[in-house]
Amino acid sequence: MKYYDKLIFELSRPGRTGFSLPAAEGGMPVGGKLWRGSAPELPEVSEPDVVRHYTNLSQMNFGVDTGFYPLGSCTMKYNPKLNEEIAAMPGFTGQHPLQPKESTEGSRAVFEELDKALAAITGMKRFTFRPCAGAHGELTGLMLMKEYHLGRGDLARTKVIVPDSAHGTNPASAACCGYEIVVVKSKADGLVDVEDLKPLLGPDIAGIMMTNPNTLGLFEKDIKEIAELVHGCGGLLYYDGANMNPLLGVARPGDMGFDILHLNLHKTFSTPHGGGGPGSGPVGVSERVLPYLDIPHVSGFHGNFTVMLRALAYILMLGRENIRMAGRLATLNANYVKESLKDCYRLPIPSVCKHEFVFDGLLEPNGTTTLDVAKRLLDYGFHAPTIYFPLLFHQAIMIEPTETESPETLDAFIEVMRKIAEEARTDPGLLHSAPRTAPVGRPDETRAARQPILKYEA
Amino acid sequence: MGTFCYFPHTEEDIARMLERIGVKSLDDLYSDVPADFIYKGEYDLPSAMSEQEVRDHFARLASMNRKLKVFVGQGAYDHCTPSAIPYLTSRSEFLTAYTPYQCEISQGTLRYIFEWQTMICRLTGLDCSNASMYDGPTAAAEAMRMCVACTRKRNTVLLSAGLLPHVIATVRSYAKYEGTQIIVSDDLAGGISAHASDLAGVIVPSIDRDGIIRDLEGLAEQVHAAGALLVEYCDPSALGVLKTPAEWGADIAVGDGQPLGIPLNFGGPYVGFMACRKDYMRKLPGRIVGQTEDAAGRRCFVLTLQAREQHIRREKATSNICSNQSLMALWCTIYLSLMGPEGLRRVNGLCWERSHYLHDELLKTGLFDEVHEGEFLKEFVLKPHIPAERLMHALLDAGYFAALPTAEGNVSFCVTEKHGKDEIDGLVKTVRELAR
Repeated sequence: MKYYDKLIFELSRPGRTGFSLPAAEGGMPVGGKLWRGSAPELPEVSEPDVVRHYTNLSQMNFGVDTGFYPLGSCTMKYNPKLNEEIAAMPGFTGQHPLQPKESTEGSRAVFEELDKALAAITGMKRFTFRPCAGAHGELTGLMLMKEYHLGRGDLARTKVIVPDSAHGTNPASAACCGYEIVVVKSKADGLVDVEDLKPLLGPDIAGIMMTNPNTLGLFEKDIKEIAELVHGCGGLLYYDGANMNPLLGVARPGDMGFDILHLNLHKTFSTPHGGGGPGSGPVGVSERVLPYLDIPHVSGFHGNFTVMLRALAYILMLGRENIRMAGRLATLNANYVKESLKDCYRLPIPSVCKHEFVFDGLLEPNGTTTLDVAKRLLDYGFHAPTIYFPLLFHQAIMIEPTETESPETLDAFIEVMRKIAEEARTDPGLLHSAPRTAPVGRPDETRAARQPILKYEA
Repeated sequence: MGTFCYFPHTEEDIARMLERIGVKSLDDLYSDVPADFIYKGEYDLPSAMSEQEVRDHFARLASMNRKLKVFVGQGAYDHCTPSAIPYLTSRSEFLTAYTPYQCEISQGTLRYIFEWQTMICRLTGLDCSNASMYDGPTAAAEAMRMCVACTRKRNTVLLSAGLLPHVIATVRSYAKYEGTQIIVSDDLAGGISAHASDLAGVIVPSIDRDGIIRDLEGLAEQVHAAGALLVEYCDPSALGVLKTPAEWGADIAVGDGQPLGIPLNFGGPYVGFMACRKDYMRKLPGRIVGQTEDAAGRRCFVLTLQAREQHIRREKATSNICSNQSLMALWCTIYLSLMGPEGLRRVNGLCWERSHYLHDELLKTGLFDEVHEGEFLKEFVLKPHIPAERLMHALLDAGYFAALPTAEGNVSFCVTEKHGKDEIDGLVKTVRELAR
């Protein structure tokens, strides 16, 4: 990657244009109280300027097509190219969201097929597709939890239980939905402490948000007992689908007693992350929550439709045969990397993992930190893992290699991780000063936050 | 294995890897999952298809959709998309990248978000913008939450009845579960005085659901006198020519980026935007990109002000938002770069003259009455003499999506630069024939 320093505004020259439109005849008012005094200062650039500028920008980016992302809880799997072709079909992209039903049969069939497939894969009854992202799905799911209790006239349930290992979005989503958060602790083995959970349960509990496997990559094997306890106190079980990938083709949350679940189509179902969206976070429900499914109106129209097209294309490629291997190969890859590195990195919980696992820093850090390891990985052409999460371990390094990574890629990653462990012992400066081959070095983040510059000014 | 194109593993690979792990089979990796949870049935899914079969399947579904000439807006506008946009946004360095946490290898994403933030500030006249939201309606809902957070202890938000129905529905949903009171009214002055002591914010459209450009003179003063915040819901394309939220005295501007060349996509993905005065910068939800330097003094960009966000603050965060709608923000940023001030003016000029032409031609048919006197830019409503539903369905049969019935029994039209005079004449001719 090479450093390219321009912003589009710096290429601007008065009078230069990048559009191709007929001239307007001039009927539009040019003044008056409703109209803008002076034109907005947008760049004045030609089409070639624009194409070269954004191509140059793209070349300062790492992506799944560039290299390996061992990014925990993010499921950075390969994004099939067929999906892009289908998402761009004019028969789909030209449809207005308010068109009458009889003119949108094809698009409606896409929703129906995807709904049926996701229900089969997860064991839930039916899905809503309005949520545009995972956190948006969580929010929607919690709204449904609230509707369920309201529907029963049960107004006393004001609290939601969240494990201490949960994704940060869980407590944030519950708070946005007006819930009070109660934290349940994990045991030394990384699983939810059922004994700690029991006294928390009561008539004020709306439900529990679980990630299974959890953010340590461990299957919550007491889920059956947890489901019985939570249901027994009148609460519901919410499934955070961020970690659904290892269960893809293996097990179904609906069979475990979950009542509400969100999926991340941009994780488990191969749609591209797009540098942080658009994703899609459909929410599925069990029989008892079904009557409430369509009540929350959480986004403008029908959700991110072209993302759904991609996910359905992926599911049709997988079919009932290949889906059986998806979760299993993801789990194979994770355990392979874990077993190959545990003599260099501290593995706090040694049991078999699912799609991801967590190291607590280097065994011999020699003054280096997890951040240093992450930045040094960039020098070797890999994306960094998720770091400093989950919060249970101070030097957390969370690694998730998905099923689309080959053993050769994993071996190369393992070799580099071992080399970095060796460098930490012998030449820690290499880690402290990393990255050195990226377009820029570590930025001054304190300055960015203390004296915020959030827009370009000439 | 080795028979499915997205999975690289051969039988030998799997055997070697299992050996390193020290287990005998893939299923042994699930020994911690209670046996009754391992799904033993056959998944109720179609049998795996080849790439060509999948392509054919979707081509068949797409052909079941009617191809229509779109003359309706109501939150989704059929503007032209310059070719350079899909070409650039489909570059896999943009498309397959993650959220730019590792800033050193994400400068491409961070730079275009910084450009987006700048353009949103320049369109709205406000001081700061975030990295984008899911869509316009959710941006309005987040603005509602922000009003409550900025005014503390106040818990009522007043919505203009002129907002688009899907905006009102979304804000209402967010408010319902958080316990914020929503009042929807077209008597803003009355609403403000009736709820002044508990009023956190007022949300008004720049262009209302009937397409009328709203005169907001004096409103900001009334809202501020009540101690509340003014939020304006805008069409960013129209902001190329309309008075800015800052000029009207708004504290927050939100809206949907879709009119900036994003295809209709049956409702999504679109992208929401949000800008505010600098006083409220630290209350903004979502991602924000800031400029800084690396140790060598090179200009670079990072996600900043993260102390607001869920991964740090958990339940005390300003919002649960985690991603933005990054690729669609890139889409709009490229659009605005290509258009520039003159292109945006021309788009609006074409919308203005063509929509007024349709408006006048429809009135000439004698089949409609005028409803409003105010100025409009590209969208308008008329009162039809024939039942609204019947008109829309008859036009549908003729290949047009036009004359969408409103709650008041009027019909809504929208004309963009995509439709020339010939197409408009065709629509008017069809309307005349229907009336015979």
